[in-house]
Amino acid sequence: MSVDLDSLYQEIILDHYRNPHHAGLRDPFESEVHHVNPTCGDEITLRVHLDGEPGHETVSDVSYDAEGCSISQAAASVMADLVIGQQVDEALRKHQAFLELMQSRGTIEPDEEVLEDGIAFAGVSKFPARVKCALLGWMAFKDATSTILAGTASTTTPEENR
Amino acid sequence: MTATGSSTLPGLLPDLEVIRKDFPILSRRLADDRPLVYLDSANTSQKPQCVIDAMVDHLERHNANVARAMHQLGAESSEAFEAARDKVAAFLNAPSRDEVIFTKNASEALNLVANTLAWARGPLEVAEGDRVVITQMEHHSNIVPWQLLTQRTGADLRWFGLTDDGQLDLSDIDELITERTKVVSLTWVSNMLGTINPVAEIARRAHEVGAIVVVDASQAAPQLPVDVQASGADVVVFTGHKVTGPTGIGVLWGKRELLDQLPPFLGGGEMIETVTMERSTYAGIPHKFEAGTPPIVEAVGLGAAVDYLGAIGLDNIHRHEQAITGYLLEGLATVPGVTVLGPLDPTLRGGAVSFEVDGVHPHDVSQLLDSFGIAVRAGHHCAKPAHKRFGVQSSTRASSYLYTTPAEVDAFVEGIIATQKYFKVA
Repeated sequence: MSVDLDSLYQEIILDHYRNPHHAGLRDPFESEVHHVNPTCGDEITLRVHLDGEPGHETVSDVSYDAEGCSISQAAASVMADLVIGQQVDEALRKHQAFLELMQSRGTIEPDEEVLEDGIAFAGVSKFPARVKCALLGWMAFKDATSTILAGTASTTTPEENR
Repeated sequence: MTATGSSTLPGLLPDLEVIRKDFPILSRRLADDRPLVYLDSANTSQKPQCVIDAMVDHLERHNANVARAMHQLGAESSEAFEAARDKVAAFLNAPSRDEVIFTKNASEALNLVANTLAWARGPLEVAEGDRVVITQMEHHSNIVPWQLLTQRTGADLRWFGLTDDGQLDLSDIDELITERTKVVSLTWVSNMLGTINPVAEIARRAHEVGAIVVVDASQAAPQLPVDVQASGADVVVFTGHKVTGPTGIGVLWGKRELLDQLPPFLGGGEMIETVTMERSTYAGIPHKFEAGTPPIVEAVGLGAAVDYLGAIGLDNIHRHEQAITGYLLEGLATVPGVTVLGPLDPTLRGGAVSFEVDGVHPHDVSQLLDSFGIAVRAGHHCAKPAHKRFGVQSSTRASSYLYTTPAEVDAFVEGIIATQKYFKVA
């Protein structure tokens, strides 16, 4: 088996794929979004629940219903682990760090302090076709959180988008 | 890669090793020095040396614009471009070369028909209350243009559903094809399920109510003899790059009496008869539908490609595809946890086989196979409604062509088993 393949499918990624953390849709939430990867059809419906004073919100919960490959499922699981319980600005900082890692084509050494299990995805950045898979859940989280902060959140997903 | 004991499969092309040598890319080595096993021909076919040479020769020796340049090179280029039209007309058994329109691809050809039917006035016009009928197994390129047409005109879009074994469900044909039906557009061979549809029978029913029949032959033209006259269709489209030709060129064949009645699609150079500042008159077919400088070297390449397929013989290629597809289906049937979508009888289908592997997402199947040097497609194959019909979001698709060997199929089946082991599902 090629070295590259094992760097893509880290055991930690396969573990998250088989047993995703925080999966399922839960109440309460202030925003629900539905994202798709149009090239392959992978989908995620994701809810975000924030607590706290404006400007000092905490991510109290991220829940999701995702259908997709090992990389997209595991990335959503790791993302939920990383952002739940964090201050919103810290959660968005992790999003930015993960995005930069994915766009690095293998040139960035990830910061384990910031990304924890997320560093296992460093190998994904060498497979351009899979970067979108890893980012699907993260982009949904960023979108849902941003709409809450901007006061434009939707709490229902139109049926035709499901 | 050499074919082993299984090379005695009945129906295989007899000179398979010679044919393979026509395709330079098939000798590529991939990462880890793996030989290429190319099973993505329904996505795009590989190109024989004669196509590559024809295009290079044109660019090196004959390059000029067509129909506008009065010099020697212009004459040579125009002659090469129009000779390609003759070759395509022969490939399709078209009654007239003028009925062969070059487009950018099959999608543009379908959009040409859908748009000009919206703009037409008189009996061809598709208007509010009219009906357009498609099928649930269409590629998005034969769905979206008709959605746009019916949304813009207020016409009604309906479709044939699918049976559990991936055939068209024709049980409600009398409710679908009625006096209101103006257009029936369907694929000849499904790019996802592989199903070969009874085009002539549906065309006969559609013509009884005066509807126009549009056939997407993108998957049929590479592997079946496509005789547009026998098909019963009014319009047949296909794309160059799936018939061993280059990308950037597609073909629309249409009956002259239909094409003459349709208004122009794109305006510009070449499609006119005369232009004043107030108005223009238009060229006759085929030029009426070929605005602007056409894909010249691509047409030359396509001409070489259809000559190449014609020399091998579409009947022979079809037999080869059936033999390889049968062998591939037999191979997949030996692997527990693999489910094929579409007909299991190789005589009812083309060479694209989509399947599910229990517990492994198609992306991951494709990634593992790629690490073994095996190229397949994973995703919805631009056929989301057909996937939804079978309750799946995506699938993996292996698609063979005239250069595929039984040994490559063996490597593919072994690759699926190795994939299951890697993901610990077997």
